[in-house]
Amino acid sequence: MEKKWEEMSSDEKQEAQLQKWLSPKDPEGNDLQFQSPQAEKAFKERATRLKDAIQMKKRPDRVPVFTIYGFFPALYAGFTPQEVMYDYDKCNIAWKKYVLDFAPDGHIGPWVPGPGKLFDILDYKLYKWPGHGVSPEYGYQCNEGEYMKADEYDAFIDDPSNFYSNIYLPRIFGALEHFTTPHIADVLEMYGAGLNFIPYGVPPVQAAYKALLEAGNEALKYIGVVGACNNELAAAGFPTFWDGPAKAPFDMIGDTLRGTKGIMVDMYRQPDKLLKAMEVMTPLVVKNAVAGAKVGGVPIVAVVMHKGADGFLSDEQYKKFYWPTFRRVLMGLIAEGIVPFCFAEGGYNSRLEIIRDLPKGKVIWWLDRTDMAKAKEVLGDVACIGGNLPPGLLAVGTPQQVKDYTKKLIDTCAKGGGYILGNGTVMEQAKPENLHAMIDTAKEYGVYK
Amino acid sequence: MSGELVKLLSDLKEPEALAFVEKALGGGVDPVDLLGETKEGMNIVGQRFASQEYFIPDLVFSGEILKGINKMLEPHLKKREEAGRLGKVIMGTVAGDIHDIGKDLVVFMLDVNGYEVMDLGVDVPAQKFVDTIKDTGSTVVGLSGFLTLAYDSMKQTIEAMNDAGLRDKAKVMIGGGQITEEIRKYTGADAYGKDAMEAVKLAKGWI
Ligand code: B12
Repeated sequence: MEKKWEEMSSDEKQEAQLQKWLSPKDPEGNDLQFQSPQAEKAFKERATRLKDAIQMKKRPDRVPVFTIYGFFPALYAGFTPQEVMYDYDKCNIAWKKYVLDFAPDGHIGPWVPGPGKLFDILDYKLYKWPGHGVSPEYGYQCNEGEYMKADEYDAFIDDPSNFYSNIYLPRIFGALEHFTTPHIADVLEMYGAGLNFIPYGVPPVQAAYKALLEAGNEALKYIGVVGACNNELAAAGFPTFWDGPAKAPFDMIGDTLRGTKGIMVDMYRQPDKLLKAMEVMTPLVVKNAVAGAKVGGVPIVAVVMHKGADGFLSDEQYKKFYWPTFRRVLMGLIAEGIVPFCFAEGGYNSRLEIIRDLPKGKVIWWLDRTDMAKAKEVLGDVACIGGNLPPGLLAVGTPQQVKDYTKKLIDTCAKGGGYILGNGTVMEQAKPENLHAMIDTAKEYGVYK
Repeated sequence: MSGELVKLLSDLKEPEALAFVEKALGGGVDPVDLLGETKEGMNIVGQRFASQEYFIPDLVFSGEILKGINKMLEPHLKKREEAGRLGKVIMGTVAGDIHDIGKDLVVFMLDVNGYEVMDLGVDVPAQKFVDTIKDTGSTVVGLSGFLTLAYDSMKQTIEAMNDAGLRDKAKVMIGGGQITEEIRKYTGADAYGKDAMEAVKLAKGWI
């Protein structure tokens, strides 16, 4: 008899989630039709290889290889970032071409570019993007700022969802400047209920809702084209390895609410409010990521980490402000059988001992400029690690240099399993022959004997 | 009482530092002396950053405290005389890149070490660097960049200096997260610095 979800241990939940991932469904919920028996076999082999590396119960047949990238697939296919943001077919073509040509064991899906037209409709203020403040051949850029003001913590803590809908959205989307939503306190009886809807008769508010409807239509158009990408790749034998996303509460507040400077000053001027806000956010982040993983059928959730890296905070500051709520996010995901793919941008050398403190075989630490020998030494018995191949090498190095570096990584990290080979930063520029050298070396040299 | 502001500022005691300045000004202390103390205080902050006692939040916050103090001092100062600067350095994040945290730290460290820094901001076109070198006669240029596309922007900036006949007049240092010695060769820069302390060392060697 099958156990109920609530009665399963986190081990059992993870196994169940990963088994589901190993047997993908089509959008109608039926078993996915693979292109060929070989494709099906390849899919299972790739996914199993990654699964074994994560769980650390068994050594995979060889070192799995996985890459992370920004607009590289667009440039590689001969498109500008602007083209793939506005022409969804081109996005679909480029992101598929990348995976089919380089054949990594898993891929991250086509979500980097996003629907340009939708951002136009909403007049997105948080970013500049190609053709809209950035030239067509560059990727988008974040306009860092204090989108939440220093004196707004109380409003945020009292009611984060209300803050998000009625204060934050109007700030980051020009077209939603007069957006407003019904409020929980409006739930009364029939008496007076009609009055709550007066705002939605006012032209500026109606304009905001119209923009929202238009954006919704555009989102459907976008997903109708780009949404097919992951299924088509699965049918060809390539599993999606990234979904989600989730973030560390410190980064959520530091990146796009208070900004880097804002949050750092808050650490001094109003530490308790900052801590409280992160606490309030923690369960919401978990719920959101769990729901997202369910929709996509991919239980590996990307957690991109920014402002806890070496140098950003002292160890004391990290332990006080970054790690406690971050760990709770990770534990919340683990409890639902989800595998957090934690991408620690920058160096994480001074944090290794701290982040060791998680159950075995439950997370992936994707590392950028961390010393990999030290990472293997400290984390190697509890967690899967990967990453580190430098972007400069891929961009201006030679295939031989890449090959040598890849071998060195495998020699350092692959022992005993629990390792995925890959590049350490979001790849934008790279020589295709270098990328081939990395991936092919992993496949040849990374076989476990 | 001399040195008290140095200590309050370098220990990041904001309310105490501001209260001290207010009281001192009321008590007739020369604002120029207080200004001198803030410089010394910021210098200590820089040293603590260099020795990894302080991290980015501490630097950012020291800048905020300083801003508050300067606001109080300004009405009392005739005009800000920038005496005894060691030399001019041009700094900026290159075209296509908007990462400024690393660049700001370099600016901060150069400033507390006595250099006059012209901070051109982020996403700075090559031509702007060229124009600024011409306008100021500065002989040291620092290019910051965190994205791989910055490799090419740096290269183009240095080529633009070449084309304008300025390459032998100014030294170029580069830095930022993913910059390495290989990238220095690729871009044709004179030196690569791995952190803000390196930037100061390089500037010292060139000015
Ligand atoms: C913070 C951050 C952001 C912030 C930027 C905030 C800001 N105001 O700067 C935000 C969230 C906005 C952001 C956005 C993006 N980012 Co970003 N970001 C980072 C992150 C996490 C930290 C960079 C940083 O500020 N470090 C802090 C400084 C202090 O570190 P540091 O290197 O030690 O600094 C020292 C030295 O470099 C040196 N130095 C610096 N400049 C100079 C200059 C000279 C002359 C000298 C001598 C020395 C020197 O002195 C500094 C002080 O000691 C890095 C990852 C990482 N941890 O490095 C990614 C990273 C740089 N970002 C990356 C990317 C891809 C992006 C985006 C394109 C993502 C996206 N698709 O949205 C955007 C676009 C940005 C753009 N177009 O410019 C990638 C770049 C990879 C690549 N292949 O190009 C990185 C490496 C992340 C990764 N691992 O993939 N990012």
